[in-house]
Amino acid sequence: MEMTPIAISALAGLLERRTGQQLNANRRWTIETALKPLLRDLGLETLDGLVIRLNGDDRSPLADKIVDAMLNHETFFFRDLAAFDHFATEGLGLIHAARAERRRLRVWSAGCSTGQEAYSLSMAIAQQTRFQGWDLGIFATDVSGEAIARARSGLFTQFEVQRGLPITTLMRQFDPDGEQWRVKANVRAPITFLQHNLLSPPPPGRFDAILCRNVLLYFSLERRKAVLARLREAIAPDGVLMLGAGETVLGLGDCFTADPQVRGVYRPA
Amino acid sequence: MKTCLVVDDSKVIRKVARHILETLDFTVEEAGDGQEAMTACLSEVPDVILLDWNMPVMSGIEFLRELGHTTLPRRPKVVFCTTENDTAHIRAAIDAGADEYVMKPFDRDTLESKLQLVGVA
Ligand SMILES: C[S@@+](CC[C@H](N)C(=O)[O-])C[C@H]1O[C@@H](n2cnc3c(N)ncnc32)[C@H](O)[C@@H]1O
Ligand SMILES: [Mg+2]
Repeated sequence: MEMTPIAISALAGLLERRTGQQLNANRRWTIETALKPLLRDLGLETLDGLVIRLNGDDRSPLADKIVDAMLNHETFFFRDLAAFDHFATEGLGLIHAARAERRRLRVWSAGCSTGQEAYSLSMAIAQQTRFQGWDLGIFATDVSGEAIARARSGLFTQFEVQRGLPITTLMRQFDPDGEQWRVKANVRAPITFLQHNLLSPPPPGRFDAILCRNVLLYFSLERRKAVLARLREAIAPDGVLMLGAGETVLGLGDCFTADPQVRGVYRPA
Repeated sequence: MKTCLVVDDSKVIRKVARHILETLDFTVEEAGDGQEAMTACLSEVPDVILLDWNMPVMSGIEFLRELGHTTLPRRPKVVFCTTENDTAHIRAAIDAGADEYVMKPFDRDTLESKLQLVGVA
């Protein structure tokens, strides 16, 4: 497959306009691999051909497909297990204490990809007896319509359930479905999946907890600040934020600060 | 360094597993069936065992049951490692005492996550 810098720039531009995600020099070369299946489906030979077919239309179904293919959807169940567990117990523990009367918990998985993070949250919260009988709502969003559709299906391949999910949890919380595994209805029940762009106004309501993990790293500095400002709008004044391993709010404005007591938890400033 | 005993009748699979495990800083021993694995455990208990299901002489599940009846200085963690992915096989493995279960083929990340789950990585 021949690639011209012009085609790559055009596709990188599309991705940036649609999602804010930047393709650095290294990732530019992965475009080829990422778009190969789509080219094959369309019977096209080159990225130039794809750009011509796209015809400058950022909002066409074809543009959706291209954007989906270029996004990195890598995720797995209980990702960064120790940090995740810590947040689910200590971080959510802060909310448990503050909401003891109302017994209501609203969580947002922002940039949820194919749903593993949201399902992990649902399982981790259900496991805690202190949240029994609470009104639990997990809002899970991603800019990718394809990822959201897969998340909503609750169907995961053998490969996906192997990564991070303890075997006993798989047996308890999933049912086999052909070659795949389907998450059980009680795990699925508290979750609402929705396509949403983090650069646009946040979903309505105030969230007690937000997880925005491994999403910020693909944004420019300015975009990171803009996204954090959006998260700041969406979080309850005493809410808790979790970022991905190696991500921080340092140098990203003054919307959030690290909680002095609980490691890995950020609070709205 | 942690030790892992790779039990599989396929030399190729043992080699692949050994390679991954060595990148994860494990010292690796190999056994070609359950009987050999038992001998290895009696001479030195590994931290974790990667256990195939179908093997001649003594299968993985037979080995696991045998292990349950054997007194060792400590109990190794056992990760079943097989091509069978139906609930009946998984249930049988758990009942026989497996700590984790991984379907072949697996990659480094998958194996690492399983080893973390049993607390040896
Ligand atoms: C690497 S995945 C991380 C998934 C999950 N949070 C985790 O940590 O495992 C990043 C996700 O962010 C999504 N994403 C990228 N830009 C976005 C935007 N502007 N708004 C919402 N989601 C976005 C991608 O589609 C992708 O599914
Ligand atoms: Mg075999």
